[in-house]
Amino acid sequence: MTVALKLEELSKTFAVGKRLFGPPKGRVHAVHPVTLEIASGETLGIVGESGCGKSTLARMLVGLLEPSGGHIEIDGEPLDNADPAVFGKRIQYVFQDPISSLNPRKTIRQIMEVPLKRLHRMDKAQRAARISEIFSQVNLREEFLDRYPHEFSGGQAQRIGIARALAAEARILILDEPVSALDVSVQAQVLNLLADLKARLGLTYLFISHDLAVVEAVSDRVAVLYFGSVVELGRAEEVFAHPRHPYTRLLADSAPVVGRALTAPEGRETELPDPLNPPRGCAFRARCPNAGPRCAGEVPMLDGRSQQAACFHPLHPGA
Amino acid sequence: MSFLALLARNRLALAGLVVMALVVALALVTPLLPLADPDVTDTGNRFLPPFSEGALLGTDHLGRDLLSRLLWGTRLSLAVGFAAAVIAAVLGAAVGIVAGYYGGRVDNLIMRGVDMLMAFPYILLALAIVAALGPGLLNALIAVAAVNIPFFARNIRGITVGIAHKEFVDAAKLAGMGDGRIILSEVLPNVIPVIVIAMSTTVGWMILETAGLSFLGLGSQPPQADLGSMLGEARSALITNPHTSVVPGMMILVIVMAINLLGDGVRDALDPRLRSGALSRPMAATMVRREGPVPQPEGEALLALRELRTEFHVKQRVYRALGGVSLGVRPGECLGIIGESGSGKSVTALSVMGLVASPPGVIAGGAVHYRGEDLVGATYERLRSLRGREIAYIFQDPLATLHPLYTVGDQLAEAIRVHRGVSRGEARSRTLALLRDVRIPNAESRLDSYPHEMSGGMRQRVGIAMALANDPQVIIADEPTTALDVTVQAQILSLLDTLRREKGLAIVFITHDFGVVAQLCDRVAVMYAGRIVEEGPTQAVLETPAHPYTRRLIACVPELGEGKRVLHAIPGLPPAVDALPPGCAFAPRCDKAAEACREGDVALHGGARKVRCLFPETAPETDPETAAEAAQ
Amino acid sequence: MGSYILKRLVSAIPVLLGITVIVFAIMALIPGDPATAILGSYATPENVEKLNRDLGLDKPAVQRYAIWLWNMVQGDFGRSFSLNRPVLDEVLDRFGATLVLAGTSFVLCSVVGVAAGVVSAARQYGAADRGITFAVLLGISIPSFFLGMMMILLFAVRLRWFPASGMWPIYGDRHLWVLLRHLTMPALALAVVATGVVARLARSAMLEVLRQDYIRTARAKGVPERGVIWRHALRAAMVSIIPVLGIQAGFVLSGAVYIEMVFQWPGVGRMLVDAILKRDILLVQGGVVFVAACYVLFNIVVDVAQSLLDPRIKT
Repeated sequence: MTVALKLEELSKTFAVGKRLFGPPKGRVHAVHPVTLEIASGETLGIVGESGCGKSTLARMLVGLLEPSGGHIEIDGEPLDNADPAVFGKRIQYVFQDPISSLNPRKTIRQIMEVPLKRLHRMDKAQRAARISEIFSQVNLREEFLDRYPHEFSGGQAQRIGIARALAAEARILILDEPVSALDVSVQAQVLNLLADLKARLGLTYLFISHDLAVVEAVSDRVAVLYFGSVVELGRAEEVFAHPRHPYTRLLADSAPVVGRALTAPEGRETELPDPLNPPRGCAFRARCPNAGPRCAGEVPMLDGRSQQAACFHPLHPGA
Repeated sequence: MSFLALLARNRLALAGLVVMALVVALALVTPLLPLADPDVTDTGNRFLPPFSEGALLGTDHLGRDLLSRLLWGTRLSLAVGFAAAVIAAVLGAAVGIVAGYYGGRVDNLIMRGVDMLMAFPYILLALAIVAALGPGLLNALIAVAAVNIPFFARNIRGITVGIAHKEFVDAAKLAGMGDGRIILSEVLPNVIPVIVIAMSTTVGWMILETAGLSFLGLGSQPPQADLGSMLGEARSALITNPHTSVVPGMMILVIVMAINLLGDGVRDALDPRLRSGALSRPMAATMVRREGPVPQPEGEALLALRELRTEFHVKQRVYRALGGVSLGVRPGECLGIIGESGSGKSVTALSVMGLVASPPGVIAGGAVHYRGEDLVGATYERLRSLRGREIAYIFQDPLATLHPLYTVGDQLAEAIRVHRGVSRGEARSRTLALLRDVRIPNAESRLDSYPHEMSGGMRQRVGIAMALANDPQVIIADEPTTALDVTVQAQILSLLDTLRREKGLAIVFITHDFGVVAQLCDRVAVMYAGRIVEEGPTQAVLETPAHPYTRRLIACVPELGEGKRVLHAIPGLPPAVDALPPGCAFAPRCDKAAEACREGDVALHGGARKVRCLFPETAPETDPETAAEAAQ
Repeated sequence: MGSYILKRLVSAIPVLLGITVIVFAIMALIPGDPATAILGSYATPENVEKLNRDLGLDKPAVQRYAIWLWNMVQGDFGRSFSLNRPVLDEVLDRFGATLVLAGTSFVLCSVVGVAAGVVSAARQYGAADRGITFAVLLGISIPSFFLGMMMILLFAVRLRWFPASGMWPIYGDRHLWVLLRHLTMPALALAVVATGVVARLARSAMLEVLRQDYIRTARAKGVPERGVIWRHALRAAMVSIIPVLGIQAGFVLSGAVYIEMVFQWPGVGRMLVDAILKRDILLVQGGVVFVAACYVLFNIVVDVAQSLLDPRIKT
């Protein structure tokens, strides 16, 4: 197994209430130091609710945001400067909103040519050949090339977004909620296309979603994010079936499933803590049925072998 | 449609264009016309009235030919006005784009400077500049252009900030573009329409301002005259010889008015929101233009939709959002309506109480019966008195659906007070009870909170409390948990379920999620392309779907606990509702479709389980399990 | 709220400083020997020498600026040579007259403009909307000074309803009624353009708000249409109208310069134009800084009004 992407203690802190001079009024730790390894050819799913830091993490991985700390390694080479053009050839990004990720005033051909021209310095004939190759890979007709983005449905636009990411010839794709703006019938088409491309081109995916079922259906391993930290990491079929972290269990129990009676898995009306005023210790303890005194004093670290959980009182001690 | 065609459709803008073309043409050919020298004085013939021999518009206080001076003055005023507009637009846009694109410190510093300049009433700055540079037309031009730069800069910056945060700019960075190239090829093309709009709506203003400075004697200096200084010089003879004032004054009015008409036309043609007619004000209730017979009430349903047809009329196109929807919900029952976006499920919900935005929405046929009364044909006042009192709504995004400037308590109290004449105190205590009903912690302190101070889940609880305010019989919930996180969704769904059992509410629940339907609803109707394709008891529909669409839709949703797998996607896309195929709308995507499916209209048939299909997956009426359920 | 006002007042200090820097920098653009340029070639040597002393022109720019600023802080705006009296006294006298005129016009344009915009939006494409839209177009296209002149011709010369010029009669009592008779025409002429701009903006702000989801919520709970328009929509629309009112106040102050010329109104605008033509730079400088400072303070009032309306602004 070769490691395609390695994050070491990667973190991001945002300053809130910036002033022209002097220090900001507050700081929000959007991503607490995260350490992850993704094997070549693997799909790592990242799941979490809004505000858990999953998009911030993704944007750091492609250089759109500069990390506040930590390192990124791609194929064993460190890549720390926040220049998307440097990242672009190694790692690409597929956006959540397919329509707004395409410039409304450019034709699809113009959009597709940019990475070929800028990243690979191809001439006109090479570009045309490469574009038709990519378009056949993602099942798009070449007649689309001279149309504008608003003429496409969400599913088609997302295929175009994937085609653009492929044009950079990066081996790693960050898929940031790639299907959450799509209807379920179209969502399945796109997910199958992604699986097909991965098998054929030997890609590595980091698949971010809030939808547990989708993540489970596409991922080899899953990382569960809560309040900027990875709270559980393990094999996809195990994480939701046998969660070790109470938050993972809460997520799994909350997902509406056909054939399961409606219950509120949480007795209390609790939600996320205030990021400007984070709690001491474990961020989940206010919602946690197992919280003990140790949870209030210390921040739990990921622990375990095949299925790691950041919890002092995990649901399955073994694993 | 092309920009010019759009512009030409606007008759007022066209009139402005014609007048402007005429004025500009006149100004261009002025040197070629056989006119008297505008600056030659002839004090013997001063103040000649209009239509005098040799002076069509008369002469001024120095006996100079007014027509000649008017045309030369127009030439000058136009040139100065346009030049000032172009200078201000180009410099302002450049500053605005740089500030907006780079953001951070650059933006902060630039915008502080712009704010500083905008802290002057603009003429003070212009006067200060003229005072320093000395009176003169060129200096007036510089002053007017300079004071307008901040306005352009601020406007363009706002637009640029919006564009710079769009995902396509990120995508361009990842595709290897540098900042300069992104500004030129990604940002600028999207900003130019705004610059053009801003310019076309301010050229008139610039002409007025330069004319104003000249009027004050600070612009063009004698003997040269633009329209403003002509007016300024004529002022002393206003009472004795008004024509010398009226001539240049009217010219300014005509020019500026033509430019403004044209500018509005340009704005309307370039603004995509105006183009799609989105800036129409929705009326108090959806427009009703029913054709065909109005169905009569039947059955024991509390709320019944009968062959309801709702359309959207946008320009020449007609979108048939609902193509005849019949549904019923009994007291205490929860009916789910499930479908993909564009299937008409939300339009169905909004049509009930006439809340479909109109224009462009029109209810074109059918009826909505509430306790036997037809709501589609009801007067606005009747409809209003039922809204919220008998039939209440819960909407999707609780941040957008609550008024941002009123406290939660005020909004809840209003819901009560529009239907019942209760005192403020009573309304407040009832409001408090409502917040407790929806399990809001510290209800007392939450009364005076604004929506933005609450989390999404708490806001949606307020939305539910508002729907419950008058103990309605029916609640229509339009995707109430779609905007929420899954753990919060579970809380809200269980709250809704508890409330409906406590209060015996009938609920119409719109969703796209089979899991939610399965957990909450007694019956479910599946919609596709504006029609119901299948209806029946939830469990039966989900376990043995009768319509091929239902079966395949269920199959392509991944379900938790099934592990990594290939999904069974449905090829193709749902049809556009302005170009529906004849026959079954699903036929083009259906693997069972036969010739017959593509020909005639397929009826919804069956009893407790209905299906709109010629070749259903299961024969609904012979299925013993569902027949038994229907009999209960 | 008190802390918010204080915060805004403190944040106005750099803006006020910026204003003085800008005015000082513009005045430094005057070419050639400043004193002669300011006083003209017919200036007496005493005047030139006096001005040089007043401006401290022998000193470097930064020092000159500091002295000028320090004097202004102490209330010494210098002395107008053309009027031979302290600049501040003259500006204060004149500013009162401008305030009466511009204030009246501002109130008029805010009230009439917003009301017209709301009616126009509520009756979109109806007869009232078309009428208002046309009137607005005419209003924003007509030069206020030309309108003023035509009003004089019609209402003062032809109909003799109002006096043609001035703020007070030369002889006679200074009643409020007399002032109102003198004020009517200039205030109206001044208000027309701003009313048009406000009405236009109010209309589009209302149309924008009326499409929002919370308006549909209000309708869904059964709020009568009048309440939807005036209570729900107008309140939300005011969030975008109020900043424009702040900007319009600047435009009304600016337009006052023309109107004061046309109607011989003894305001600060006419004083400035006269001062420029007479090259009385100290008077121009002082007048500009004073009026701009007042406008900055007024905008703080606007901001405070905005924060009272919109709870999302952090106070």
